[in-house]
Amino acid sequence: MTQLTLAKGLNAGLRRAMEANPKVIVMGEDVGKLGGVFRVTDGLQKDFGEDRVIDTPLAESGIVGTAIGLALRGYRPVCEIQFDGFVYPAYDQIVNQVAKLHLRSQGRLRLPVVIRIPFGGGIGAVEHHSESPEPYFVHTAGLKVVACANPADAYWMIQQSIASDDPIIFLEPKRRYYERAEVDTDLPEPSYPLHASRVVQDGSDVVLLCYGPMVKTCLDAAQAAEEEGKSLAVVDLRTLSPLDLDPVFDLVRKIGRVVTVHEAPLTAGLGAELAARITEECFYSLEAPVHRVAGYDIPYPVARVEDEYLPDLDRVLDAVDRVLAY
Amino acid sequence: MNAGTTDPLRASPPTNAPNPSETRNGSASQEPEVFVQLLTPEGERKEHPDYVFDLDDEAIKGFYRDMALIRRVDAEAIALQRQGELGLWASLLGQEAAQIGSARATRPQDFIFPTYREHGVAWCRNIDPLGIISLFRGVDYGGWDPKQTNFHLYTIVIGAQTLHATGYAMGVQRDGLVGTGDPERDTAVIGYFGDGASAQGDVNEAFIWAAVFNAPIVFFLQNNQWAISAPIEKQSRIPLYRRASGFGFPGIRVDGNDVLACYAVTKAALQQAREGGGPTLIEAVTYRMGAHTTTDDPTRYRLQDELEHWKLKDPLARVKAYLVRNGLADDAFFDQVEAEADQLAEHLREGTRALPEPDFAHVFDLVYAEQTQELREQQRAYLDYRASFADAETREPTEVAR
Repeated sequence: MTQLTLAKGLNAGLRRAMEANPKVIVMGEDVGKLGGVFRVTDGLQKDFGEDRVIDTPLAESGIVGTAIGLALRGYRPVCEIQFDGFVYPAYDQIVNQVAKLHLRSQGRLRLPVVIRIPFGGGIGAVEHHSESPEPYFVHTAGLKVVACANPADAYWMIQQSIASDDPIIFLEPKRRYYERAEVDTDLPEPSYPLHASRVVQDGSDVVLLCYGPMVKTCLDAAQAAEEEGKSLAVVDLRTLSPLDLDPVFDLVRKIGRVVTVHEAPLTAGLGAELAARITEECFYSLEAPVHRVAGYDIPYPVARVEDEYLPDLDRVLDAVDRVLAY
Repeated sequence: MNAGTTDPLRASPPTNAPNPSETRNGSASQEPEVFVQLLTPEGERKEHPDYVFDLDDEAIKGFYRDMALIRRVDAEAIALQRQGELGLWASLLGQEAAQIGSARATRPQDFIFPTYREHGVAWCRNIDPLGIISLFRGVDYGGWDPKQTNFHLYTIVIGAQTLHATGYAMGVQRDGLVGTGDPERDTAVIGYFGDGASAQGDVNEAFIWAAVFNAPIVFFLQNNQWAISAPIEKQSRIPLYRRASGFGFPGIRVDGNDVLACYAVTKAALQQAREGGGPTLIEAVTYRMGAHTTTDDPTRYRLQDELEHWKLKDPLARVKAYLVRNGLADDAFFDQVEAEADQLAEHLREGTRALPEPDFAHVFDLVYAEQTQELREQQRAYLDYRASFADAETREPTEVAR
């Protein structure tokens, strides 16, 4: 066991994947000498060379577009998009090309491309640095979308994503990059599948569904609720596409009340999909409508008021109170 | 790879490079071998066959003042960031001449599209630097009115504004404000971007559009040698100004640390655009003396020697040398500029702390020209929620998701 930050967990995972497979390459803006603006790729170029850790020109469509070509040639590129808001120049390549090539080639072509995106707010940044673009990708058939929430998942999920023969949008909660936890890097292989949600904490009053940066927020909320005598279950969805909801349905059937939590804006966000599926599967078990805590339907605000936008412990507990009021 | 081995994956030098001195290890040279220069780093005036600096020495003193004051704004903003008053700051240190020279060449009717580093250009549009500081403090998206100043909001997504600038120029063209023969009406657009942005698809598309439509635009590229950690050698195999020829319009390289040359070259290019002569790419060869932004640590990827080398080419020092050597400015002048800088610094320090906090509830009013019912309800829910902290007892469940 070793103590790692989430960023270091990703770094160690990337390193292990690169050691295991010479076809794994890392590419993006400033990922080489600088080690990425968040230092996630720190030291990789030094150890694996400039051919495997590529400082690209400043062009996101170029990064993803050439990654497609490299993948077609047998490589397994891991692209870093520097910030969530900069993925959009690559959006066309991702949605029209990455997502569809398997189908268009009748399964002959595989695109084992991982697109890493630091996402979410809470770091006091300027515009375009705090976005939650995951609904766009979840809505795009042909992509798989995962979000890690802690150092151990960061370490394993990045390796599992690289091993995936399907393209993966890999979301990293940037405000959690420097939070630490134990990671068992000695295990020969991951103990948990990539596309599986995880019940982080069982409970009896309300189920909180969350992913990425909101997992910690929800765990904090659950702790605060416990002091008020309420028992909250917390599920870290981990995989946003495909969703893994069987464990969620089991909890909902037992508990009957659900709150979904994400930073992305409310309308047509993950919460909407979760509410719909839970209603379809667990209608007779529900004691209250599914409530959604989310970002508002506004562009991400300026830093001085971002705390008003971001779901926090209070807003989660407020929603908990509201579902318990039914 | 070991030095001396042939690496098939490394780019080889272009075989058809017309001027070997333009390449260093097969890449675009950092050393400006051919560019328009009217004032040497030592402060000596030079003549150029095509570009003449046509203003008097008072104007040069004015340029010095502009550069000194905006450099002070920059230093002050960095200090404010270090003190926690700003979330971030993107320094223009080293790029004062490129910005002041080019911006002073514009006419009031010309429209400017900046990146997020054009503080010197904003200065020339009489924008209070507090309006820039408020952006980096996280209070707003820039505290100026683009319509009143003919200076667009800062664009943070790299290169995107070059297309906006091109479209704006096409609008100017369609408004019949090109080639009227009336210097008060003829209008051009200038779009700023950097060496890093030159790789973006948007920038290359802007070049194509500007060429195809013969748009009245000047693309002003400040090549400050570094796209965060990527040096120019890793970004281009040819000097960037030469890319213009492939798109079908002229490219000119200018000493970006020479405010006189930047003024003269930009003025000529803008005039050509106003007269209907179409786009020009100006590559101003300069240097980012500071970090990419206050969150960046350039010691991880570049050598101190390089910085020292560029300090010898400082854009302010050469103007000062020229003014002093020729007896055009005395100590009183420089003291006066210094005093103005002190005053400006105080204005920024006090003004920053006095900037009003934004009201989050107001954001809901600004998303659409015509607010939607849905958003109005969210706004109301937010206000109720906020009020619940003041009066927790009155809280009631609502149907509106929060």
